[in-house]
Amino acid sequence: MSELRGIYTLWLREVKKFLREKPRLLNAFCQPLLWLFIFGTGMRFSAGIPGVNYLEFIFPGLVCQAMLFTAMFMGVSVIWDREFGFLKEILVSPISRPSIFLGKMLGISTDVMIQGIIIFPFAFLIGAHVDIFIFIQALPIMILISTGLVCIGLTFASLVKNFEGFGLIQTFVNLPMFFLSGALFPLANVPQWLRWVSFANPLTYGVDALRTVMMGDTWVQMFPMYVSIAVLVVFDVFIFSVGTYAFSRTE
Amino acid sequence: MPYIIQTSNLTRKYGSLTAVDSITLNVEKGEIFGILGPNGAGKTTLLSMLSTILKPTSGTATVNNYDIIRDNRMVRRSIGIVFQDPSIDADMTARENLQMHADLYGVPVSKQADRIKIVLELVQLEDKADHFMYTFSGGMRRRLEIARGLLHYPRVLFLDEPTIGLDPQSRDHIWEYIRKLREREDMTIILTTHYMEEADRLCDRVAIIDHGKIVALDQPSALKSRLGGDTIILGTPEEQKLFDLLRQNSTSDSIQMEKGEVRVTVSNANYLLPAIIESTVASGIQIDYIYINHPDMNDVFMHYTGKDIREEQVREKSGRMAMMKRRRSR
Repeated sequence: MSELRGIYTLWLREVKKFLREKPRLLNAFCQPLLWLFIFGTGMRFSAGIPGVNYLEFIFPGLVCQAMLFTAMFMGVSVIWDREFGFLKEILVSPISRPSIFLGKMLGISTDVMIQGIIIFPFAFLIGAHVDIFIFIQALPIMILISTGLVCIGLTFASLVKNFEGFGLIQTFVNLPMFFLSGALFPLANVPQWLRWVSFANPLTYGVDALRTVMMGDTWVQMFPMYVSIAVLVVFDVFIFSVGTYAFSRTE
Repeated sequence: MPYIIQTSNLTRKYGSLTAVDSITLNVEKGEIFGILGPNGAGKTTLLSMLSTILKPTSGTATVNNYDIIRDNRMVRRSIGIVFQDPSIDADMTARENLQMHADLYGVPVSKQADRIKIVLELVQLEDKADHFMYTFSGGMRRRLEIARGLLHYPRVLFLDEPTIGLDPQSRDHIWEYIRKLREREDMTIILTTHYMEEADRLCDRVAIIDHGKIVALDQPSALKSRLGGDTIILGTPEEQKLFDLLRQNSTSDSIQMEKGEVRVTVSNANYLLPAIIESTVASGIQIDYIYINHPDMNDVFMHYTGKDIREEQVREKSGRMAMMKRRRSR
């Protein structure tokens, strides 16, 4: 019981801190606009995909991108906590390490979900067909995506002891995962090697599932829905276990 | 069993460095127990082991009858700790920080509001409850950390350098709270410090540690009296006459004469001084000045470790300065 209370308070802290950071929220709101209206419009008129509205195409990809970047940057918060000493206060409490990890994971996942949902109203601006039913279908997929991403961020933060180390995550996790997920271009026509690397990326399955839900018949899905969901669930369980283990070993 | 903390050959090594070297000590319930030593003596390492943050390399200890390795969760429930470095969340308010702590330590929700109010009053921060921590001064943050450490009514409160870097006024405040706590709560307090005055004025017993070992352990007064007590120094042009007089009155076993001065070592100078003055005045010996040298914890520390704790501090600081200079010159 007290364990649950501890998890709750750690969740609450992450969410409060996220919502209080006004510049971050403004950023969260405005950055997708740049991607959609400048990058998206540019691509649409110079390298369009036949039969598909490019803006509609990248929209689910941008939702995933926003979630990916938020997950990684919020994962850093473990390093901040370590730097400013607050981590010690949590670690010395009677709450078990797995519960601490779970509390943080749930908190940051909530932030990531908020970030993903903020973008949805833009769907109307680009004329995409998104109604409440599509939104409700998209939510569980987004939860699966955010859980895995947040665990990746937290795992890295548990292993890396300083900010210099965390800078690597941008180059070696964020951007590769983003570019190799099919968020910006379809993976149907790319060279074989790029395809295979992309298939090893869990986010690819998240983007495909989300796109299938949001674009309906206009999108030819790469994997059947149940495969995407299965891959996401397996990956989430795996990375959650790894993260819990890595975090439990911190002194 | 009256001991709330018992350690047995507690040892922690970092590579080839032995930070805590086979420490065996018992702390009684309700004590304010001081661990005194220069920086790097192993105080924080010892505390970290007792609070289950660090695992010992060898040896064992119990806190509140729980083994620090086997029953570490019960130990954590039994203790409160105020770290040497700040450990509050500056982006949260005082109340939120306390709330989080209460949740983490399983304080029943129905009791949380009351307890938060009580501990805030104790450290006189009740009117700042909903201010963000980044608006707090260093002393106020420290006080909040102490309040936080008390929130779950721990049996043992660990304070790691509770007043480091604080101005004298804040330091006085915190000493006052610590004394209040001991009076009001049924609590044992373990504090580390490298301030002599703190150990002297606050603690029931003091363990002096150096290079990871206990070199002396006793009440502050006992430690000081082992040095032989106070010295009364009397300045006079007639040192021979004064010397003979004090000898005759058998004021003390240890009377020394130097050019223009007589030094008398006694167990308590404050009580003996009136008698000495009376007899010298009666015999007409001229006295130019008197001063009393009370041994302080610094003398005690010097006596047991062979070095001055302040020197240690200075040396370390100048080492750090040199390092910074090297860095800058690159």
